[in-house]
Amino acid sequence: MKRLNLWTAALLLMLCAGMAHAELTIEITKGSDQAIPIAIVPMEGGDELPQEVSRIVSNDLERSGRFEPLSQNSLISRPSSSDDVYYQDWQQLDSDYLVVGKVKNQGGQYRIQYELLDVNGEDRMLGEVVTSSRDQLRDSAHYISDQIFEEITGIRGAFSTSIAYVTANGVGDNIKYTLNIADADGHNNQEILSSDEPIMSPAWSPDGRKLAYVSFETGRPSIYVQNLSTGQRVQLTSFEGINGAPAWSPDGRKLAMSLSKDGQPEIYVMDLGSRDLTRLTHSDAIDTEPEWAPNGRSLIFTSDRSGNPQIYRYNLGDEQAQRITFTGSYNSRGRFNPDGDAIFMVTRDDDGFHIARQDLDTDRMTILTDSNWDESPSVAPNGTMVIFATQEGTRGVLGAVSDDGSASFRLPSPQGDVREPAWSPFLD
Amino acid sequence: MQFKPYAQGLTVAISLAVLAGCSSTGGTQDGSMDGMSGTGAGGSGSASSQGMESGQGTSGSEMGDRNAIPAERTIYFAFDRDTIRPEFESVLEAHAQYLKNHPNTDVVLEGHADERGTREYNLGLGERRAQAVEQYLSVEGVSSSQVEIVSYGEERPAVRGHDEESYAQNRRVVFSY
Repeated sequence: MKRLNLWTAALLLMLCAGMAHAELTIEITKGSDQAIPIAIVPMEGGDELPQEVSRIVSNDLERSGRFEPLSQNSLISRPSSSDDVYYQDWQQLDSDYLVVGKVKNQGGQYRIQYELLDVNGEDRMLGEVVTSSRDQLRDSAHYISDQIFEEITGIRGAFSTSIAYVTANGVGDNIKYTLNIADADGHNNQEILSSDEPIMSPAWSPDGRKLAYVSFETGRPSIYVQNLSTGQRVQLTSFEGINGAPAWSPDGRKLAMSLSKDGQPEIYVMDLGSRDLTRLTHSDAIDTEPEWAPNGRSLIFTSDRSGNPQIYRYNLGDEQAQRITFTGSYNSRGRFNPDGDAIFMVTRDDDGFHIARQDLDTDRMTILTDSNWDESPSVAPNGTMVIFATQEGTRGVLGAVSDDGSASFRLPSPQGDVREPAWSPFLD
Repeated sequence: MQFKPYAQGLTVAISLAVLAGCSSTGGTQDGSMDGMSGTGAGGSGSASSQGMESGQGTSGSEMGDRNAIPAERTIYFAFDRDTIRPEFESVLEAHAQYLKNHPNTDVVLEGHADERGTREYNLGLGERRAQAVEQYLSVEGVSSSQVEIVSYGEERPAVRGHDEESYAQNRRVVFSY
């Protein structure tokens, strides 16, 4: 498969070394009423594979909240090609779409032939052959999920993306922190940094090749930028006080951040070429958690200048900041959807902290989650899902919710706290 | 502290596997905060300060010994507040006295917040608390060159738990010598 790159190869090597036990696993917690019924027939020859391609595709589509894969027990026949399909069978099962295919091992290379069929229109929508090495089968399955998702919804699939996240094990003086990257479904996790001091706020560069993050490894917080394929990194800032909340500009040339070197946290923008620093905000409050609008013309940030944390929008043209959240006494850590017409954020009500969405045209806010310890929302590059950190008991876990709140899932880890997920951009 | 190239392959995988197997959180540190006795100072900070003390030949570590670092090194804050509570003024005064008597000694004020709210915002809250302590010390006559602030926000909780008792023990400033 052509989409393989260096670090995917590394991840797959790890998979072979038997790392499955440390992976995050998916638990669907809420399915959408509007989910599209789809039948995914186990591919012929697929049972023998180390990665069952059909199952991965099915899990991907179900996780998106947009699809409801038919239970395997309900399949009345198992065609492997459109030639063998009796559409009436699938119409009776109320399945709108059908995926069939076969996998052949040809001297170590796998040839995956799949078709997407419109059950009611009795029509073949998509047919493709994907070749893949054994180690690339998970990637191939995610690629197929992407194609099916886009063909039916018209929205680009984000199943071939990654998430970065932070783990913490222990308490008090004996906490070990790690920074990890995994596939969007939690598999193939790899540690890229470990430290006895806190690691915070991972942020993907727009090209998906670098991560910026905050590390306290010197005993003070600093912002680092790490190249993911080489492992090389630079310590970008080490000012007195807080060096926090790095956020890449859409063109990847600048990094917004929160620095308290002048007394309290303020929003700054650093030009990554010249390292020149521009201070944007001037308040006596905490100004932090900057995020660029997708068009690069404004930033949003959290400030408690009104007495409690609210989200403000700073316009780079007229250099003015305006408050944009007014519902509730605590709104913070805003993140734009890809269109830039809505933000996701953390909001507090009487029950606790939830993930909410605010439409920027109407200013209407909708709470998306019913769990009470939610934070660190990060939006999928296609805008359909938001991943966030929450709690189960006293353990931190990752959760995800669809952009309308209709579907959600959890990504529990076998041990320790998992937190601060950051969804990668498209990685092509 | 170590960082690894992203594409290091099998070696990383094996060490990770070992690490994963060893990283279960068997014993927590809950006991260290019993009675809020102020033993929650950052590990490396307090360790090095003890070495320095013995090097200077001072004796004893009991409260009241003016040559010893005051035993109580943690003060606590109310929810969403950075004001010094009256019951901790004596603690701050003891540290102020100690620092004035030892002008070559530096202290790091570690500011902490409870887990509620977003992480980067809580860094700001922890810093505000440490700044309130710094200001108190300054008024007491401590040189600003002896004091440094590091906010950990909610990243280094002293105890775990989603209850007010836990929150109260986590909203703190620790004197780390």
